[in-house]
Amino acid sequence: MLFIEQSKKLSFKKCISDGDLNRFGAFKHVDWIGKPFGSKVFSHKGGFIYLLAPTPELWTLVLSHRTQILYIADISFVVMYLEIVPGCVVLESGTGSGSLTTSLARAVAPSGHVYTFDFHEQRAASAREDFEKTGLNNLITVGVRDIQGEGFPEEFSGKADSVFLDLPQPWLAISSVAKMLKQDGIICSFSPCIEQVQHSCETLRSCFTDIRTFEVLLRAFEVREKKLESWENVDGCSVGSASRKRRQPSAEGCNGVESSVAPSVVVRPASEARGHTGYLTFARLQCLT
Amino acid sequence: MSINKHIEQQSKSNQENNNAQNPRVTWEGCSVLLDINDGDRLAFARLTIGSALKIGNKQCPLQSLIGCAFGSLFQVENGKEGPFLSRIPSNSEGNDLQDQGDSQTVDVSKDNRALVDNNMAQSLTEVEIEELKRQGVSGSEIVGALIANSATFDKKTSFSQEKYRLKKQKKYAPRVLLRRPFARSICETYFKKNPEKIGWLRIDSLSLLLSMANVTANSDVLVVDLLGGMLTGAVAERLGGTGSVCNTHHGVSPYPIDIVRIFNFTDEICKRIVHASLSDLSVSGEHSVESNQPEDLCNATKQSNEDVVCDTSNDHSNSMEEIRITPEDEVLPEKPTSQDKQQPRKAVQAGQKATSEIMNLWRENGFSSLIVAAPNLDAWSIVKELLPLLSFSAPFAIYHQHSEPLAACMRNLQHEKMAIGLQIIEPYMREYQVLPSRTHPHMQMSAFGGYILSGIKICPFEKN
Repeated sequence: MLFIEQSKKLSFKKCISDGDLNRFGAFKHVDWIGKPFGSKVFSHKGGFIYLLAPTPELWTLVLSHRTQILYIADISFVVMYLEIVPGCVVLESGTGSGSLTTSLARAVAPSGHVYTFDFHEQRAASAREDFEKTGLNNLITVGVRDIQGEGFPEEFSGKADSVFLDLPQPWLAISSVAKMLKQDGIICSFSPCIEQVQHSCETLRSCFTDIRTFEVLLRAFEVREKKLESWENVDGCSVGSASRKRRQPSAEGCNGVESSVAPSVVVRPASEARGHTGYLTFARLQCLT
Repeated sequence: MSINKHIEQQSKSNQENNNAQNPRVTWEGCSVLLDINDGDRLAFARLTIGSALKIGNKQCPLQSLIGCAFGSLFQVENGKEGPFLSRIPSNSEGNDLQDQGDSQTVDVSKDNRALVDNNMAQSLTEVEIEELKRQGVSGSEIVGALIANSATFDKKTSFSQEKYRLKKQKKYAPRVLLRRPFARSICETYFKKNPEKIGWLRIDSLSLLLSMANVTANSDVLVVDLLGGMLTGAVAERLGGTGSVCNTHHGVSPYPIDIVRIFNFTDEICKRIVHASLSDLSVSGEHSVESNQPEDLCNATKQSNEDVVCDTSNDHSNSMEEIRITPEDEVLPEKPTSQDKQQPRKAVQAGQKATSEIMNLWRENGFSSLIVAAPNLDAWSIVKELLPLLSFSAPFAIYHQHSEPLAACMRNLQHEKMAIGLQIIEPYMREYQVLPSRTHPHMQMSAFGGYILSGIKICPFEKN
């Protein structure tokens, strides 16, 4: 259910066109026009989707993965830690699939700007296309450039409030970042491997302070209603079968005792979770004057 | 390319906004975060001519910090007229440690087998040290003397030599780092020193709340902030003087938001921070005129109540400056001894009552999102009242220290078909020490950052 509504939200922005066909049936976009956001709409087969206003969080869930992407835990932490507020100028490399870029743009709006660079021409072009579709092209400029090799363009010298690096060898770009940052500006480097972090931190020490490395993750919870029987109402045979088959938890217990227990809401962590995304290393440009 | 043009434009507009006030340099009357001895102590202060901060057992005037760049490092020096803060280059910090680190392989033969803990190693007496201080000998020189007079220093490994040096330096030549108060640093400071005040809201939880509620310029964010203004301030920071953040409450007294005053908010941003009672927000447009009537009464009640609710004087006639940013004993142990002689600089105070115009606007369009952080309240009792005030498809995020109220709330939202995309999450955050050959997670960490229920409000389904 959830994923359909989300996969469709993009259709809202630019592609109100003929319609959509998926396994829940055909959806006519013309039926959607004029509906409030948050509406449930149906296909010819009776399948339904919700029409949602796009947010960077939803976008992160549906964007096409051209690279490994950043998820909400890392994204929100990066934006907070880089102290990005409306009006900031932020540099990013690489652009990748643009998951973080979208959130950076939200944070600098309306008067700031995100300049993002990727050395992969096609990837940059796709990202540019995406930002146009999501209506963020006035906040984001995508450039094609090898930041590890060439550094950031000179024109940004001393103009960036913060810089984000997601590069295989971030240490190669650090001296350029130091040049780009405003006084007291902050850098963040995202690396999946601890060896990269180690190397980056050693390089950062030359002109940065407050070097701190974090790992942030999320644990999701399952919420259910469950009838928890009193011990005295349950004998061996009901216990054995309950675990194998999904039965009515209590109504037809072996001894036929009607359950008197009201269902309670129970919570447990999901069994699986993302165990690692990357290490986030932050540092502040040393104050020299 | 338009890049340069854009930046020029932007810096121009920034200058206009700030009235030539560079936000990266301190000014008289600005609020600062002082990091003493590399995070050993954190204190908020307001820089005025007369303000001072107690470091060790001495009062250090803060006047010399006015007009300095944020990020500047200072060291306490012993002057003829008492201690003073003197600017030192910020790279004098930590670099030694790294040098030592590089040589560590040479050093592995040393260990602590000869160490005898009998308190005899130091030949310099306390009286002698005091005498040195009286003579105006600098802290660094005292540290040097202590090292020279230590019988065991040479036998230590370079790591423990560095540790020793650092420990003595912190005591005899404390360092003060000047920091910008931002949502991030304010939240981190409170979480470290007085977590109860902000409902144990950890920095990663706060950042998730802001993301999940899609807080951005020009949005109208409804909040229930029982965290002393931490949440309201963080939202206002992201709004950057656009949109609005409305802290709503039941009954007549708005919740205290004194933390907001630690941020160096411009008038424009302060103007966007308002409060309104649930009944005012809920009534239809026609009643709004009437509902404006009890404003004075409301404020009067507020003042008398405030002292009970929290021991902060949220005096309305005071503007930003007089804020004693020192309601906390731990975080803010010393109140800057402001002589109150400076002119009030800000005319606008954050946290005014919402005007009827803006309330009408909210009624018409709905709020763009909702964030709730009420540590001692039942989540559902709040959400069921506030969700109807949101626009359709508006995201919301509810913070709580306990999972049960969130689970119950989530169940109810599902049953009532009020929202989709519902999930409860718990953030996890671990910090690492990264040093040559000594990289590992911190030995101590925060094990809990709270739970967050998030979701998206949907349009009730009508058959047509």
